[in-house]
Amino acid sequence: MRVSVQGISVWGPGLSGWPHAARVLQGQEDWAPAPVQVPPATCLPANERRRCGPLTRLAIALAEEACAQAGVQAADIRGVFASSNGDGAVVDSILTALSTPGGEVSPTQFHNSVHNAPAGYWTIGHASLAPVVALGCYDWSFAQGLLKAAAECVVENAPVLFVAYDLPIPGPIGKVRITHNTFGCAFVLVPQARQGAVCTLDITHAPGAVAQDTTLPPQLAELARSNPAAGGLALLQQIASGQEGIVHMACQPGTILAEVKPC
Amino acid sequence: MKPLAITAGTVLSAIGRGLAATEDALLARRSGLTPCDFAGIKTGYVGCVPQAGTHVLEGVAPGFTCRNNQLADMACAQDGFAQAVQSARQFYGAYRIAVVLGTSTSGILSAEDAYEALDPVTGAPPPEFDQAHTQDLFSLPRFVAARLGLEGPILSVSNACASSSRAFVDARHWLEAGLCDAVVVGGADSLCRMTLRGFAALGLVSAEPTRPCDAQRTGISVGEGAGFVLLEREGARSGAEVMGRWVGYGVSSDGHHMSSPDPLARGAVAAMREALERAGLDASQLDYINLHGTGTVVNDAMEDHAVHTLFGRSVPCSSTKGWTGHTLGASGIIEAMFALVMMRAGFAPGCLNVQQIDPTFNSHVLTDTLHKPVQRVMSNAFGFGGTNCSLIFEGV
Repeated sequence: MRVSVQGISVWGPGLSGWPHAARVLQGQEDWAPAPVQVPPATCLPANERRRCGPLTRLAIALAEEACAQAGVQAADIRGVFASSNGDGAVVDSILTALSTPGGEVSPTQFHNSVHNAPAGYWTIGHASLAPVVALGCYDWSFAQGLLKAAAECVVENAPVLFVAYDLPIPGPIGKVRITHNTFGCAFVLVPQARQGAVCTLDITHAPGAVAQDTTLPPQLAELARSNPAAGGLALLQQIASGQEGIVHMACQPGTILAEVKPC
Repeated sequence: MKPLAITAGTVLSAIGRGLAATEDALLARRSGLTPCDFAGIKTGYVGCVPQAGTHVLEGVAPGFTCRNNQLADMACAQDGFAQAVQSARQFYGAYRIAVVLGTSTSGILSAEDAYEALDPVTGAPPPEFDQAHTQDLFSLPRFVAARLGLEGPILSVSNACASSSRAFVDARHWLEAGLCDAVVVGGADSLCRMTLRGFAALGLVSAEPTRPCDAQRTGISVGEGAGFVLLEREGARSGAEVMGRWVGYGVSSDGHHMSSPDPLARGAVAAMREALERAGLDASQLDYINLHGTGTVVNDAMEDHAVHTLFGRSVPCSSTKGWTGHTLGASGIIEAMFALVMMRAGFAPGCLNVQQIDPTFNSHVLTDTLHKPVQRVMSNAFGFGGTNCSLIFEGV
């Protein structure tokens, strides 16, 4: 499958938006991890902005930057949102209420607990009727999500916004499902490159397991292992390098190969 | 769209195990709803699958055991589904068959049980809690792929109550992109404290068995279940018997509110209209619409408005939630299988528990069984977050 990347976003520790992250990934700037502070979700009305949590704010910040860079209308673009953990804080809070005598489940938290909540807020923020799917694919959420987004882009012959994002889970589940760091990335994929396109991606799926590329510097490789969405870091680095190359990503089962060609 | 063939399928819900039991219950207008008595919760009625909690999984790692996978495993064993998948596997190869499944809460009941048994000192869940293979959303397709011996790419779709409807669309994208030759599509959702208490907190659980489209309806009955189809290109595999065709779909968002549908029904109308366009059909060519029809005041009013906008009173419609309860993320696949059952047997069921159709409704709501040839069915699913999916199936 061939798609073109028309817009990108990255938010993670010491990676504040694509222009900054690209400089770090190119080695032009040292990586200085710091708490992630994403821009506010200004697309949402005040009520909704109050109701949504940090996961939704992260997803919306990623989606906004990628769409702005691609020059696409947020209200028109199909979406593929991928996250392993979803809103772990909301789920933990509900589970705590359920296991506490007399505990009450908050109605707002219950509707925020659906895995497609960030996608829902994104469409509310832009009064969008465009379809969005929410995927949850554990450690492989970035790779499975990319495979899905690229297929949708090709088959529907339409731009697709792909957003991958994850946060650590607080509470008891977080003791067994360990995720470090806030991390997310987003791509606007288009079937045919337009002016300003970043690169093309030729994406294939191979049945066997192939060792992942380890071209990332050790610290960033550690970051890539610490958060499911950061599984995209090797691809992001290849894109930032401006060079042709092939990136291997473990998926379930098998391997995804993305051949990157700068535009 | 080019239709895709359904070459195997099965369904499990409170009304029965498998296609024959489901057909019997639909024709006999026999509901599966019973007073709720689940994990200490006694609010309203539920559509509970008997023996789900004690069913033993077949031939996979024991870590996968949770109520959601137990439902999925029970479904795999019905209607010759697992055998049909094995035939396809021999023909295409295991790595050419994908698994794309929808679930809203996966095995969260296992996490709820773990929270009841936390270590008092460390706050850690008990060691037997296997989060990745139970609560995690990816547990379901990982389990089903292992259970059926499939090695194609797998996907977990979680669009709330539209999850397993939307899974058809994602499966088609992988199939048409050439990533696979066949897909196991469907899903499962299972009773848990979170949905029972959560819907109650929103004031959406009916004290009586749910009565979609009734003037006095007061909410949903929560249900559970699972279902699967095997989807492939028609004619690609000789000997594959076609039990139905999937001919159209529309997907959209409301962009309106997290848990209330858009009263103007713009997203629902867009999804249904797109489904007709992709199927190349006029509104008059549908024989029946299986409504999302949850039994809440706002959903049913919105959906009536949407259906009337596109179809007037020309196409009979009803909700089957009075039989199964609202099976949430599984409702799409369960009602897709109901559509196949109705087309094979030639009937459309009327809503259960209706004393008086909401007088503000304008669409053609059925309240009793209509016996007639049924060739094409539209099946709707809408979910929290404002996610809409409309599918059209055709009989053989």
